[in-house]
Amino acid sequence: MTTAMKPPALNPETYRPDFPILARKVHNGVALAYLDNAATTQRPRQVIRAIVDAYEQHYANVHRGIHQLARDSDDLYDAAREKVRAFINAPAVEQIIFTSGTTSAINLVARSWGDANVRAGDEILLTEMEHHSNLVPWQQLAGRTGAVLRHVPLTDDGLLQMDALDALLTDRTKLVSVAAVSNVLGTCNPIAEIIRRGHEAGAVVLIDGAQSVPHQKTDVQALDCDFLAFSGHKMLGPSGVGVLYGKRELLEAMPPFMGGGSMIRTVRLDGFEPGDLPYKFEAGTPPIVPVIGLGAAIDYLGQIDLDAVVEHERRLTEHTHEVLEAIGGLRILGPAPALKGGIVSFVFDSDRPHAHDVAEVVDRYGVALRAGHHCAMPLHQRYGVTATARASFYFYNTLAEVDKLGEALQQVKRVFRRK
Amino acid sequence: MAPDEEELYQEHILDHYEDPYHRGHCPACTHAHQDTNPLCGDVIHMELQLDQQGTMKEVYFNGDGCCISQAAASMLVEKFDGKTVDEVKKFTAKDMLDLFGVRLTPNRQKCCLLSWRVLQAAIYSPVAGDGAAAPSPPAGGKT
Repeated sequence: MTTAMKPPALNPETYRPDFPILARKVHNGVALAYLDNAATTQRPRQVIRAIVDAYEQHYANVHRGIHQLARDSDDLYDAAREKVRAFINAPAVEQIIFTSGTTSAINLVARSWGDANVRAGDEILLTEMEHHSNLVPWQQLAGRTGAVLRHVPLTDDGLLQMDALDALLTDRTKLVSVAAVSNVLGTCNPIAEIIRRGHEAGAVVLIDGAQSVPHQKTDVQALDCDFLAFSGHKMLGPSGVGVLYGKRELLEAMPPFMGGGSMIRTVRLDGFEPGDLPYKFEAGTPPIVPVIGLGAAIDYLGQIDLDAVVEHERRLTEHTHEVLEAIGGLRILGPAPALKGGIVSFVFDSDRPHAHDVAEVVDRYGVALRAGHHCAMPLHQRYGVTATARASFYFYNTLAEVDKLGEALQQVKRVFRRK
Repeated sequence: MAPDEEELYQEHILDHYEDPYHRGHCPACTHAHQDTNPLCGDVIHMELQLDQQGTMKEVYFNGDGCCISQAAASMLVEKFDGKTVDEVKKFTAKDMLDLFGVRLTPNRQKCCLLSWRVLQAAIYSPVAGDGAAAPSPPAGGKT
């Protein structure tokens, strides 16, 4: 994949009219620059309309009704699963399990696969840049089983120390779980290599795709990952729905995680027989309308070339680096833009002003940033900071919005008498 | 059009932020407490020297966090340095917000109230093994 042809440049103005919220004013008339997409993206009218339609025209519970509405809901719900399957090129719809989000997808693997396969002394390999949702479930699993957690260390400029992998991957490594893109550093990790080397060591590999699947083409068969977890609300869909993809033989061998309705074949008073994939892992009434909304989000993304999205977001990241460097007196975490997705986290020198105050002041100028530890406290400790300000992009963001961030940061310096 | 962040980041607040009152350690510390705001990671640590009469002869703070949390701690320490535990106990959360002076959104009120919570707990938190100087939890009404 050398010097692949550059996709035609993406023009965000093509899409912005579809997003009513991007046109709203904040603070009595200030235009909004929404740069908090790593936390959650906004939704286009097409997704909102699909949600309203589902409630106004088709809503009933799925998989258990004979009436017209139940069939409508079944059709929409099942169609969404097929859309997700195609979006990540999974072999079969049975391998697409709807969860409430990335967090619950990872917890499902930790509880079901982990409890069945991980023993005392086994090792689980994570990295120092993981989101809490890819740390805590494994800490809990280690607590239950006596497994040992290992972490790939980071370089000072926010890359995984890949040369440490050889020593960290041993015949005791049962699982490798790593984010494809860091939600703080923006680093795009070499997941293909991690998957390959993980498999060579005999480990199962889970990819946290929360920050990658919405932005770049994902092909689970080409990647050969064993599990992939991601969230609907970071890719134009509703909150409350996420996806776990898994290899069929792994999913089939895994015990159900939650018991209840839908996940069974038969139930007696003294026992049950679990149902087939994917229902075995979908106990209870699923998030029906969020799933339908996620289907509509995938339809919307289907009209956009994701390679062009990657290019566009990289240009926004490059421009953000330029703007921040011109302002001076601050430090950008993570690597050079060429190695990043659309995420830029930074701190002012000596933590003055603090990230929360930065976010507070730029908000008055309409710029929505996130400030804090972004659910990655160990990562912040690694870089000696408690909180960072983070700008994160999606295809609808513009270079002008980055300029606006720059102007707002000049105001931060003025307010804090840093001129 | 003038954005109103000046309302929040007023000169006297920035003064407390940049040049805080009694930021450091209390030399003869008898009581101390620390707490964090788990949502944002702000930390405030307070140390005080409490005498048998329930007077806080000295109050110091240390911490890490946003301008609001650190300036509020400085204001609080300045106000209560040399005052009694009874006065601390009577000092309500609303009083703290009034002392800060600027109207805060509910999220930022938590920043402001962190030091107030820490001080309220510190008066009941004798430093372990610090000799006989530390009185038992102040029961009040001795001045």
